[in-house]
Amino acid sequence: MATPLVVSEVCKSFTMHLQGGIRLPVVTDVSFSLSAGECAVLGGPSGAGKSSILKMIYGSYAIDSGQVIVTHDGNLVNLATADPRTIIAIRRDTIGYVSQFLRAVPRVSARDVVAEPLIARGEALETARGRSEILLERLNLPERLWDLPPATFSGGEQQRVNIARGFITDHPVLLLDEPTASLDKANREIVIAMIDEKKKAGVALLGIFHDQDVRDVVADRIIDVTEFAPNRKAA
Amino acid sequence: MTDEPLLRVRSISKFYGNRIGCNDISFDLWPGEVLAVVGESGSGKTTLLNCLSTRLLPTSGTVSYRMRDGAFHDLYRMSEAERRFLMRTDWGFVHQNPADGLRMTVSAGANVGERLMAVGQRHYGNIRATATDWLSRVEISEDRIDDQPRAFSGGMRQRLQIARNLVTSPRLVFMDEPTGGLDVSVQARLLDLLRSLVHELGLSAIVVTHDLAVARLLSHRMIVMKDGHVVESGLTDRVLDDPQAPYTQLLVSSILQV
Repeated sequence: MATPLVVSEVCKSFTMHLQGGIRLPVVTDVSFSLSAGECAVLGGPSGAGKSSILKMIYGSYAIDSGQVIVTHDGNLVNLATADPRTIIAIRRDTIGYVSQFLRAVPRVSARDVVAEPLIARGEALETARGRSEILLERLNLPERLWDLPPATFSGGEQQRVNIARGFITDHPVLLLDEPTASLDKANREIVIAMIDEKKKAGVALLGIFHDQDVRDVVADRIIDVTEFAPNRKAA
Repeated sequence: MTDEPLLRVRSISKFYGNRIGCNDISFDLWPGEVLAVVGESGSGKTTLLNCLSTRLLPTSGTVSYRMRDGAFHDLYRMSEAERRFLMRTDWGFVHQNPADGLRMTVSAGANVGERLMAVGQRHYGNIRATATDWLSRVEISEDRIDDQPRAFSGGMRQRLQIARNLVTSPRLVFMDEPTGGLDVSVQARLLDLLRSLVHELGLSAIVVTHDLAVARLLSHRMIVMKDGHVVESGLTDRVLDDPQAPYTQLLVSSILQV
């Protein structure tokens, strides 16, 4: 089976220069791989470094050492050393990300926020907006909100805009940072169904889910992040 | 996507006597890319921008620009006339103070039309039609076309300056604090406008700003400057979410939360 993402021996620490240069190790020797069509879930308590791992894979955190190899455009690319331009291309075509919070842009409607990743890939405006509406409707976002910028939406509404934006493309790797955190049961069920469809389409998913019931349904495998804890090595 | 940068900057330095303006700065700017240059006042951002845009002769280093024919030309080996032509047509420069980039005593329409005439357009009707179209794209109503920018608000002047710069379909736009001095609601409108225009037109841009939120919204990549040196550079959200250099950490941690 294809492995679109391989993480090997990744280490991460934060150096706080403003606090006298103290070094906070986050994770060491993170190693796992992701197969097409599976959903792996990062498990472990808060502060174990789950989000940091997702952010390193997405390129928004620097990787101190180790490699993250992704199959992009038929080539293997190491994200730890890729230049910004390559990471932008990887985000456009290969790795999608649903974050916990929406970073809303003033004056851009919910419909267009969702359509944007498709437009960036060269889809026609009308087609992209059409696809966006289908997703927003499926996620039960009231139609009267589609024309409004999501900045004033409730937490759950913003989250659904975020999910729609992440799921609209067919990126082969999808990272999910607590996509169901502020959703009610009915909407959680919909997201679960959408994750299932992604799996069937051969997408490799890596997620963080705090609700036990969602995790039990979607996870094919739990990756225990505490195994990568830095102090473990010393012990 | 082409596989060559639009602008190649190599070891640009500018000294004012024995003071450093900016020191040994190198990077490539790619087509469609927006680069933010951030740092506090006096860090050399504007000196760098002026050295890149031929407004200020650097002490050393080279800046080469890929012309529309695909050949790279060293900016400081071109003739003055060639450089000026480039400035008027293929480039734009958005000043912090719109009065520096506009002619305050001719009409809004003429401000936009002048750049069109610089690229050889002579048909008055066409020039006016294009000017009207651009005014509406920057959300200035058509009935203001014959007014002078003196009669415009700060936000309108800035939008007019942007229209004036973009009307010739430049490939590269330099912006010096484009939203500085505007109140936040006008800023949001301007940012949204810039963001969508950059997108639609596939512009490359170098934006100097001290506002990290502006950098986050507009740019793909960022350079952080301090005392004339580049202390950190990289993908915008990487620099802001995981700043490495002590100065960048200070800058990011100094943002006020609303």
